[in-house]
Amino acid sequence: MLTLNLDRPPDKNTVLRASPEGKAVVSREQTYSQLTVWLLAVRNQRDRAAFGEMFDYLAPRLKGFVIRCGARPALAEEIVQDVMLTIWRKAAMFDPHKAQASAWIYQIARNRHIDIVRKENRPVPDELGEAPGTEPDASQILALEQETLHLKQAIEQLQPDQKEMIEKAYIGDLTHQEISTQTGLPLGTVKSRIRLGLGRLRKELKGLR
Amino acid sequence: MPAITHHIPDPMIAAYAAGSLPHAFSMVVASHLSLCRDCQAALGAHQAVGGALLEETAGVAMSLDAKSNLMAQLDRPAAPEPVYDSKGIYPGPVMQSLKGQPPRWKTLGMGVKQNILFEDDFGSARLLYIPAGQAVPDHSHNGLELTLVLQGSFSDETGRFGVGDVEIGDETLEHTPVADAGDPCICLAATDAPLRFKAFMPRLLQPLFRI
Repeated sequence: MLTLNLDRPPDKNTVLRASPEGKAVVSREQTYSQLTVWLLAVRNQRDRAAFGEMFDYLAPRLKGFVIRCGARPALAEEIVQDVMLTIWRKAAMFDPHKAQASAWIYQIARNRHIDIVRKENRPVPDELGEAPGTEPDASQILALEQETLHLKQAIEQLQPDQKEMIEKAYIGDLTHQEISTQTGLPLGTVKSRIRLGLGRLRKELKGLR
Repeated sequence: MPAITHHIPDPMIAAYAAGSLPHAFSMVVASHLSLCRDCQAALGAHQAVGGALLEETAGVAMSLDAKSNLMAQLDRPAAPEPVYDSKGIYPGPVMQSLKGQPPRWKTLGMGVKQNILFEDDFGSARLLYIPAGQAVPDHSHNGLELTLVLQGSFSDETGRFGVGDVEIGDETLEHTPVADAGDPCICLAATDAPLRFKAFMPRLLQPLFRI
């Protein structure tokens, strides 16, 4: 496993090295998710082996995900390849202080899917630097990773119907109107169920902090 | 960074993350997010939910040669993609829509000007230029309208909107926005239906001006 110095500000010109023996040096670094470690190895060292491992983990999930978004399997595979290539090319833009690896990849997957299917360029917000006086540091990354873990646990604890609504809102290429048509539920119910689900999520997250 | 008081509602940020907003609304949301750290943080939270759901999605096997095909492409140079940075008052998403050029204003009368940026079956987005003290004609809405202030400010029955603020109008909002004193007010406005003007321009002329 690579040992990465995450205290350094992200800089594509900075090459971070593994320790000579390739041993993990600082134990807290092991709490970074595997996805984050792969992505940083790709970002900092253009590490093909790490990218290959990331492909094995990510590509089937992305394919399942894109199919759930309504793509036929052949198109889904094309989109996955495009997403993986985008991850390779845009890795320099990944900043673990700002976004969890899975969140960053989720947005790339949605954007590429939409760009390919609708043949348009999604408008993407400008990057905002840190607020004046805030220094990025590794504890921020850890806090974000912790939050992700809590979020996953909170999602697991949702009632099946709430979870289904959340999945439809974030995975399906569906507006509320379309969800309502599909499930036969009146619009008010759909919205209140999404709200209930998100409210519960927030509460769970608060309780875990 | 201006003090923004009127933000994008959270569910709309979630819909933006998921890509389920019409393109015209995505332009306004992305432009507001370009000016607002709070809403960018909210977007991050929704992306995290999406990421968590992505990671727990059951995998579907890729075809056997997919990985080797992909690895072979890594060294291929990417086709150059134009990148549009913010310029002056216009955030990146607006500059992208303008293809890096300054707006080409078309006069609507009374000093009010517009530049239509985008139009499809699901909505339209335009830049509006309103001289200080000038009212945007009293209008009501067929559908949803998002108005983001990029320069100056306007006020209406519901409050004052400065740079970065977004006003959200729907069927229930009948208002008369007036540009405040000072710089001309420039807004990015998106709607999912044609605006109905009650005064200022006969309805029959609306298709002509595409308002």
